[in-house]
Amino acid sequence: MEFKTDRLYAESHEWALFENDTTATVGLSDFAQSELGDLVFVNLPQVGDTVTAGERFADVESVKAVSDIYSPVTGTVAAVNEALLDAPETINRDAFGAWLVKVENITARGKLMDAAAYKAFAEK
Amino acid sequence: MDETETLLKTPLYNKHVAHGGKIVPFAGYLLPVQYEAGVIREHAAVRENVGLFDVSHMGEVSFSGPDALANIQRLLCNDFSTLQDGRVRYSPMLNPQGGVIDDVLVYRFSPTEYLMVVNAANRHKDVKHILAEKTGDVVIRDASDDFCQLALQGPNAEAVLRTLVPEEQIPQKYYSFLPDVTVGGIHCLLSRTGYTGEDGFELYAAAADAEALFDALFAAGEPFGLQLCGLGCRDTLRMEAAMPLYGHEMDDTVSPLETGLGHYVKFEKPDFIGREALLLAGELRRARVGLRMVGRGIAREHFPVYVGGRLAGHVTSGTHCPTVGPVAMALVDAPFPAVGELVSVEIRSARVDAEVVPLPFYTRKR
Repeated sequence: MEFKTDRLYAESHEWALFENDTTATVGLSDFAQSELGDLVFVNLPQVGDTVTAGERFADVESVKAVSDIYSPVTGTVAAVNEALLDAPETINRDAFGAWLVKVENITARGKLMDAAAYKAFAEK
Repeated sequence: MDETETLLKTPLYNKHVAHGGKIVPFAGYLLPVQYEAGVIREHAAVRENVGLFDVSHMGEVSFSGPDALANIQRLLCNDFSTLQDGRVRYSPMLNPQGGVIDDVLVYRFSPTEYLMVVNAANRHKDVKHILAEKTGDVVIRDASDDFCQLALQGPNAEAVLRTLVPEEQIPQKYYSFLPDVTVGGIHCLLSRTGYTGEDGFELYAAAADAEALFDALFAAGEPFGLQLCGLGCRDTLRMEAAMPLYGHEMDDTVSPLETGLGHYVKFEKPDFIGREALLLAGELRRARVGLRMVGRGIAREHFPVYVGGRLAGHVTSGTHCPTVGPVAMALVDAPFPAVGELVSVEIRSARVDAEVVPLPFYTRKR
């Protein structure tokens, strides 16, 4: 299990990697992909959609279940990792590389933790 | 299940934990939904190689005595008068209204000795019903706690067994069994049956021998790359083979004819519980159909199904199956959509196209 220290984490198990104060890429933590099991489907928002910190903006499905994904930030979707639509298993293989969306014009952040705090939270 | 009932452990619980099983509650038992390999690899192992499942949660009810057959014939809608010693037969068990109480396997040891294998979740309901309907000279006993059950499934299942058992002690015909086979030093009932759509075996042994039997099969399978398999792939495997699962494709309110089990309903038998209700029901009002998703999305259980814009039914089981992709089974009302017709499934408020396809989704190559 990896907890990369270059990014921040939400209690709902998403990561946010900030390029600067107003731009970040968002993905699922390695812990989350491991808990969910083999992912077989991803639903992503579209470029231009607004996302809100703490609100659902995407979902992923494993063989057994659907799981909502919550945005760690409030902003506008600038890019969507469309490659995931055909290869959701990429998230299982490389949760930190498999970003879901890039968000710009960020105006707010949810409650985010650094890697050490998130690791302690996840392993609790 | 009674909500307050404590969750039970099968005799193999410690093995699951030791092998990294992800434990979940299922039908009152704590069982592995998957091991570290994950559902997709576990599923593939059964389709291409060999997998080992703990199915000790299944219930077993023994029937013994001169009227054993008469009781079974009345309880079940399939015909057991032609079942031979050493053979297994499947049947729904119906209530007087023609709904399905459970679906079961019956093993015949002799003309007066049978074993009925029932779903774990229905065990207590079944036993209550069976005892309430008991007639004549027969001893009926819930023997579930005496047994462990392991399923060795996949094209290499026989090769694994052959390292432990002489060839003549391996049942050759599908749905046949040998009652007294020694596997790795353990006394077993060895049955060529399964719930995966693949060749394979189910082994019944004394609960106390569960760990020794598991170890023997696991060790024998190691050179083949045997994969431990959890409930997750058990579901995707049976789904691809379109095997109905109690509580999904059928329940006390669904008739066996509606859910596509008409082949196992023998009206020519003079009587069985539910016969009259099925005859009175007349034309089928709903049927089970196979769906393959055309649009993006996965149809899950309970999602509404629309035929020509009309709400026609609901999904009974649906997922993304490792071998065949996103498919579902649904119960829909008449008039029934034809194979090839496009219907839609409501997936979280969006209607997504699906094509009606024949069942099963997957048939093994022989």
